[in-house]
Amino acid sequence: MFADFIAYLSVESNWTGPTGILIRVLEHLAISAMAIAIAAGIAIPVGLMIGHTGRGQAPIVGLANGLRAIPSLGLMTLLILFISSDIIPPLIALVILAIPPLLAGAYSGVAIVPRATIDAARSMGMSESRILFQVEVPNALPLMVAGLRGATLQVIATATIAAYVNLGGLGRYIFDGLALYDYALVLVGAILVSLLGIGLDALLASLVRVARPGRVSPLRRDTALHAEIARRVA
Amino acid sequence: MWLVTNWSTVSPMLVQHIWLAVLPTLFGLAIALPLGMFLRTRRRGRAFAVAASSLIYTIPSLALFVLIPSVLGTQFLDPANVVIALTLYSASLCVRSVLESLDEVPEGTREAATAIGFAPWRRTALVDLPLVIPVLAASTRVAAVANVSMVSVGAVIGVGGLGKMFTDGYQRNFPEEILWGIVLILLLAVCLDRTIALVAHGLTPWNHERGLAASAKRLRALSRELPESARLQEAVRVR
Repeated sequence: MFADFIAYLSVESNWTGPTGILIRVLEHLAISAMAIAIAAGIAIPVGLMIGHTGRGQAPIVGLANGLRAIPSLGLMTLLILFISSDIIPPLIALVILAIPPLLAGAYSGVAIVPRATIDAARSMGMSESRILFQVEVPNALPLMVAGLRGATLQVIATATIAAYVNLGGLGRYIFDGLALYDYALVLVGAILVSLLGIGLDALLASLVRVARPGRVSPLRRDTALHAEIARRVA
Repeated sequence: MWLVTNWSTVSPMLVQHIWLAVLPTLFGLAIALPLGMFLRTRRRGRAFAVAASSLIYTIPSLALFVLIPSVLGTQFLDPANVVIALTLYSASLCVRSVLESLDEVPEGTREAATAIGFAPWRRTALVDLPLVIPVLAASTRVAAVANVSMVSVGAVIGVGGLGKMFTDGYQRNFPEEILWGIVLILLLAVCLDRTIALVAHGLTPWNHERGLAASAKRLRALSRELPESARLQEAVRVR
């Protein structure tokens, strides 16, 4: 079976053209990126505000967890009967899917910043917005990126299903293959979308590590100070 | 109401949906629990299991549904594909929380159990296992709710319980059927979630009565037994 997959990949014409692999991957990435961007625009400000003020936590986090249980296929098929567009119904379903992990990341990231750290910033006279952007957000970054990772995973997976309602992307291969009883084509779609998911997940996992606070880039490091410290330690 | 007049077509789908969601949750638990206990102290096996579980979790459900027949040689429309795929997800999710919650069992508790004569396997079953129930229940609830939602994806390959109401409603341009499908799936998710929470609550009697009111009740009972303790009487009056 994997021989069929390799055979499909080795035919050059399968890569190019309007239904080639390259276009399908780009379509998949484009709809996913759009959905995540819109969801982040909603979830991150709300999450930061809940985390910063500590207000509205129970209803909003509860609502977001309720969103997780909605079956995406049902939402897509329902919306497409009311909205005559190929892209908007699946996009709405993907945005709803991406909101809960992003919101949880932003909210819990800010909520776990030690109170003493925030009190110190406030007593130094930092304004509320400076506390948020210069103290809380940098400390919350690892969890926020972890939320982005979770959202990306789910959106890439569910964008595959969106091909059922005539969206492009890698799911197209699976549904076209199923319709034509061409299981080699089904495998091409399944393997490619799995590889895309695994690759993006690995990328975002390393981004979580980079986002850890306290890592000063070499450009911003005070080299003279470090040389002096090293000299005194020696 | 559409749901009432069409109950005879909906109910077999509902039954199939329940089976397809519940079986993988139970199988996943049955795999994750012994595996986690076995791997807890084995560093390499543990690292491998954690890496494998996050890899499995990265594979989209639809892709896994259609990959399994090619790997295992099952028929394409076999409900076993869905059960196997969701079992893999549930086991991946639970094995990590089993490992993490076993790490949280205080070493002193383990040593105390050994000191009063528990054999290792008895200690695992009677000391470690009850203590991981709360965390394990939480991840089982997440897995069960995810399973209820993912079963419906199976409808596009012909095995999807209530998900068939989505594909059917879409093809016939009939939103009411889709809406009822969503409602039933949400209700099913809530029922399963509550059931697991209740079972876990019943299995952990030592975790009940932890609140302030319960503590006040215990203090009052104690003050009746020891009426001569002035401090205790005062504490009860303050409450």
